[in-house]
Amino acid sequence: MADVNRGNRPLSPHLQVYRPQLTSVTSILTRITGNALIVSALLIAWWFLAAATSPEYFAIANGLLTSWFGDLVMTLSALGLWYHTLAGIRHLIWDNGMMLDLEQAEKLGWFVVIGSAVLTVLTIIIV
Amino acid sequence: MVQFSLPKNSKITTGKTWPKPEGASNVRKFKIYRWNPDDGKNPQVDTYFVDMDSCGPMVLDALIKIKNEIDPTLTFRRSCREGICGSCAMNIDGINTLACIYGMDEIKGDVAIYPLPHMPVVKDLIPDLTHFYAQHASIMPWLETKTNRPAKEWKQSIEDRKKLDGLYECVMCASCSTSCPSYWWNGDRYLGPAALLHAYRWIIDSRDEATPERLDQLEDPFKLYRCHTIMNCAKTCPKGLNPAKAIAHIKKMMVERAV
Repeated sequence: MADVNRGNRPLSPHLQVYRPQLTSVTSILTRITGNALIVSALLIAWWFLAAATSPEYFAIANGLLTSWFGDLVMTLSALGLWYHTLAGIRHLIWDNGMMLDLEQAEKLGWFVVIGSAVLTVLTIIIV
Repeated sequence: MVQFSLPKNSKITTGKTWPKPEGASNVRKFKIYRWNPDDGKNPQVDTYFVDMDSCGPMVLDALIKIKNEIDPTLTFRRSCREGICGSCAMNIDGINTLACIYGMDEIKGDVAIYPLPHMPVVKDLIPDLTHFYAQHASIMPWLETKTNRPAKEWKQSIEDRKKLDGLYECVMCASCSTSCPSYWWNGDRYLGPAALLHAYRWIIDSRDEATPERLDQLEDPFKLYRCHTIMNCAKTCPKGLNPAKAIAHIKKMMVERAV
């Protein structure tokens, strides 16, 4: 039979219907934290730059970064950094062909999520 | 390319609610994706009610019952009804699986059924798998040999044969590839979990003599390396296989032959 409708076909739903999985969520979070950390790194670079420029400029930058909003951003950055680090270690393990069975992979996922939360709390306590 | 929302012609509208079966006490609600290539309308989700007291246990049983008793226009692929042909792969309750071996007792609440995700739809629950099959063909899914043909057969030790377990069982239902976000965004160039699992199945076959050529063919930023170990493939595979693991092993072989 002639295939007359090729070209007019709708695309079936994807993100709209697919149920998030532990492994997919931890995967996309790796990418999100990685990108967010670029912003954090720029903020810290700006803070250093301000310190090297003048006391007045440093006061502005330091004031912003140590305000409640700055604290929030830096706390989230710490969480992002720990998460991204642990997720990176997870990828190194996978790259060696290990822990790729579903059960182990999901355990690693929880390890990354819980581990980054614990390490962030520890960071706050120590700093 | 990444496009999170559906194109204009693919946006889903609310469809028809079909009447409830009369005199049934144990009724279950089904929400099923419909698209008719002949009426020029957007896809819609129809609502059906199925009497579970006179229905088999699997999702496919309900689909067949709907087609037989409620709406003969409902269109889907099915054949073996025992998970070996791979025809009835679809998105059920948010994951891709085979309707024939997915029990309705595994689903809480209403049963939502869509075609395999991010594919062109031919009609209702039938996706166009042309490109998917072409990708499978591209990895040379056959035994490649260079030495002279043996008198009887290509032999393999029991240990070498064991390496194919967890790979040869694939029925090419496309559940894994269409569960993969990388395949959604880059499916034109990324081969996807199914084709790569098959590629690995031939790469590690002790009888195959084209491993370097096979690896050369996959050495490409898109064909292989769009896999980011998201693992939706392994999670959804109705046969319990692990394409993500096979792909990781191909990547490892790439590194090992380079150093």
